[in-house]
Amino acid sequence: MKNQESAAVSRCSALAHSTRQLALWTGGWLATTALMTFGARHLWAGSEAFSLLSILLNLAVGAGMILAVVRHLRAQDEMERKLFLDAAAVTLGAGLVAGTAWQFYGKLAFVSLEPQISHLIMLMGLTFLLSLVVGHRRLQ
Amino acid sequence: MNNHLKELRAERQLTQAQLAEQLGVSRQTVVAIEKGKYDPSLPLAFRIARVFGLPIEQIFMED
Repeated sequence: MKNQESAAVSRCSALAHSTRQLALWTGGWLATTALMTFGARHLWAGSEAFSLLSILLNLAVGAGMILAVVRHLRAQDEMERKLFLDAAAVTLGAGLVAGTAWQFYGKLAFVSLEPQISHLIMLMGLTFLLSLVVGHRRLQ
Repeated sequence: MNNHLKELRAERQLTQAQLAEQLGVSRQTVVAIEKGKYDPSLPLAFRIARVFGLPIEQIFMED
């Protein structure tokens, strides 16, 4: 019984740890994305070396975030993992379909709005959250 | 897939949380299996069978 309790505690703490790590890496990636975007405009205007460094930093932190997602997946149980992967699949599909259509919509003569990668990121983030919530509700 | 998980758990006076602990999954997963909304993988089905000391086919059955 003690072994089972300690296994459950270790599963919960591993999941909590991986969630914290994922939040930290995602926050870091957002911060380096902001640095890459706004640094070139406001902090080191004109310096391509700093811009290149900020891109490399963003890529490195992005790689860390991807690894954190993989570790988070491994810490989940099989049903949680299924929900996560289902949400990721919907997000990938929505990003591909809507991203392509959005880009061509922006090319129409009467459209003044310029499609940006940030629109796609927001759509993917919201799609993932919504898919995860719907998946959880479906299984309850 | 149907199952007798809820009845077996009640017979042994286990809470969902206790069963989840023994299986190494979340309580939500136990709830979803009991309600027939999630079919467990073969390794998890074997763990469930081991906890109750029964063959898998006495716990899970086809619709």
